Amino acid sequence: MPASGSVSDERRQSTRPSRFPKLAGLALRPVPLFAVQPVLNRLVRDIASRRPELFERLGPHIHTAFAIDVEELPFVLRLLPDPGNPSLTAHRRAENIPFGASISGPFMTLFAIMDGDGDSDALFFARDVEVGGNTEAAVCLRNALDDLEGSVVDDILEIGGPLYAPLKMMLAYLRKSEARP
Amino acid sequence: MSPPQPPRLNRPELICPAGTPAALRAAVDAGADAVYCGLQNATNARNFPGLNFTPDALAQSITYAHERDTKVLLAVNSFATAPGAKLWQDAVDIAASLNADAVIVADIGVAQYVAENHPGLRLHLSVQAGASSPEAIRYYCREFGVSRVVLPRILTVTEISAIHDEIPCEIEAFVFGNIGMMAEGRCSLTNYVTGQSTNMDGVCSPASAVQYVKNADESLAAKLGEFEIDCFAENESAGYPTICKGRYLTPARSGTYYAFEEPVSLNLSSLLPELVGAGVTALKIEGRQRSRSYVRAVVSAYREAIDDIMEGAEADLSVLISLTEGGKQTEGAFKSKKWR
Amino acid sequence: MASSELTMGPLIFHWPAEQKRDFWLRIADEAPVDTVYLGETVCSKRTPFFDDPYLAKVSQRLQGAGKKVIWSTLSEVMIKRDRKIVADICAQEDMAVEANDASALFHLSGKPHRIGQALNVYNEATMQFLASKGATHFCLAPELPRSCITSLAQTAKRLGVGLEVQVFGRMSLALSARCYHARAYGRTKDNCLFVCEEDPDGMDLSTRSDTPFLAINGIQTLSHAYLNLSGEVSALQQMGVGAFRLSPHSGDMVAVAHCYRDLLDNKITVDEADVMLKELKVPQPMANGFFHHQPGYKMVSTLSERT
Repeated sequence: MPASGSVSDERRQSTRPSRFPKLAGLALRPVPLFAVQPVLNRLVRDIASRRPELFERLGPHIHTAFAIDVEELPFVLRLLPDPGNPSLTAHRRAENIPFGASISGPFMTLFAIMDGDGDSDALFFARDVEVGGNTEAAVCLRNALDDLEGSVVDDILEIGGPLYAPLKMMLAYLRKSEARP
Repeated sequence: MSPPQPPRLNRPELICPAGTPAALRAAVDAGADAVYCGLQNATNARNFPGLNFTPDALAQSITYAHERDTKVLLAVNSFATAPGAKLWQDAVDIAASLNADAVIVADIGVAQYVAENHPGLRLHLSVQAGASSPEAIRYYCREFGVSRVVLPRILTVTEISAIHDEIPCEIEAFVFGNIGMMAEGRCSLTNYVTGQSTNMDGVCSPASAVQYVKNADESLAAKLGEFEIDCFAENESAGYPTICKGRYLTPARSGTYYAFEEPVSLNLSSLLPELVGAGVTALKIEGRQRSRSYVRAVVSAYREAIDDIMEGAEADLSVLISLTEGGKQTEGAFKSKKWR
Repeated sequence: MASSELTMGPLIFHWPAEQKRDFWLRIADEAPVDTVYLGETVCSKRTPFFDDPYLAKVSQRLQGAGKKVIWSTLSEVMIKRDRKIVADICAQEDMAVEANDASALFHLSGKPHRIGQALNVYNEATMQFLASKGATHFCLAPELPRSCITSLAQTAKRLGVGLEVQVFGRMSLALSARCYHARAYGRTKDNCLFVCEEDPDGMDLSTRSDTPFLAINGIQTLSHAYLNLSGEVSALQQMGVGAFRLSPHSGDMVAVAHCYRDLLDNKITVDEADVMLKELKVPQPMANGFFHHQPGYKMVSTLSERT
């Protein structure tokens, strides 16, 4: 069951760091930006072409820039869903990239939301996820991801090509992981 | 009231929320008897960005539900607003043409439109109508042929039982989810602060007017429009950014306090047998704005609980605590008048 | 154009009974209002103090002074006591009654009655249906914007029913089953000890940065800002709104009534009216946002609309 299970009433303290599995840490930590960027380029275009409905629910926020700040990653992701020219880029934290809305939280939490398996309201109540900038845009993105048949993670696992091999390995591992929020 | 005996219980319907087609399928698959949803406009009380159904998506969803013996109820439960009131009539027409199993309405003009133009369409009185007495409910039954009333979340089980004995229609009661503190259909707090109206635009604390500001001490301020309605300390759990869940100052007290209510969620799992014994036909879960994973979790848990209770077993729904606001739950008004 | 009617809405606060009595007696003798609304609209626990012993007498005096008296009713009806009060008022044959909840409509359908602010009339069909059941006069909710009032004014004209809009006083924004006055003092509604009597104009709530925000009146939540539609009165008159409601506060309501009477009669300008209200110590800034489809607390300049 998602986002429930063993979580107790006393859940006040975040248990973030321990949730991040070691393998995922190993897979991501040493990766430099220039190595990540080609995968991101492909990824966002592949998802955009497979999932045009994602954009419908974004409505007025289709041109909003989203900063996705995953705590354990050494970089910040910037998503521009623009259907004509979608982009997903990695930036160093020090860069101070411009964004319309920001979403930050631990990797496993954001992964669960992306995988249609976490309730972002509950995660927000528990202060696991934080939203900045244009709240409406962030809510739109959440709703858009939530309405997908299957999930974006399913898509990545289905897409072929050597570029995705390490990513797929990691995602498959994370799905099995006990560390889900 | 003496506790009702199990043989008296009629199996209640489980009424579940869906903000998206994916959530609707999740609810159907998890064992909902009926799912309620709304169109992507001001005609329903959860008119949030990225949420709700186009007429096409609604048609497909109704087919999906009907193939699995699940009903679909369309909420047309905001207040039709002149000069654009036709939008609400159109929503009712869509429900009728797509064979929705009922429309849930609050507005007298919309109810009248249903009664006059779609006499075969089942009419449920929304909680937004704020019908909290037998006379008010009987008024809507008498004038518009309402088949079911969704009761405001302000009554005790004993009062629900008394109402049941005095009205000619079925009762639907909320059992889980967010509890609004204000009488539904009579709250313009959001409009006062944001210029968008709960009654007319179907929004409560619209995300477009919400801003979270991180302070230097890691506390998180929640702002609605120009007003700071709350501020959460670093590890303090948060709630919905609604005015009725905020903390304020008043001369009679020192320091901020929850002037209306703390961020808690309703969970009536322990009162289910009493509710059914009081004559409640349908148990309703709140949360059209929530994710499909919430819908799946809550609907599955309540499905199991209802089935357990019908077999005379105890139901345990403590697993739902992590989905509640502020990680806290309450029986609200249902258990005791002291809540008031 | 027929002369505009000025009305004194129901007294929503819990003042000591003698203060309430003196207030209405002074309104009877001195205030240039055409119609007054009597009767408790917020909390049925308050009725034994004033309504039961004094209301009939006060009503006589008001009628003797040439004022039309309407009996308003509870906005939230839930427990036995609420229901009985509403049923009793509606059963009186010789009283003009204003309904604020569907429970009153249950009793009043089929005979002439008025519709109050707490009943949602937002569209033509609702107005027409209620009129067909005997409603002769409607007072609109404060949150309605200009476009909506315009449409409803046309409908009211067609149906031959009266239309009223609140122009002065704190706006009712929400009702609840819970008493927030009692809650602020750590009490419950049943055990409130009538603490709402402490605040003649409501208990102020401000944000944690001390910005004035709302006001509490028992189960009712009010705006902090006082509504002032002085700049919109002329537009409302042109739309066909015939009655203008003042909501009573502890300040000098007779003077407030004179101010709006003169404004309705075009004897003073909007600016003069606003200066008078300020001199009467009405809390500033006042608000007119709802009418202009803006947040309700805002004061939108109406200079361009003034001729």
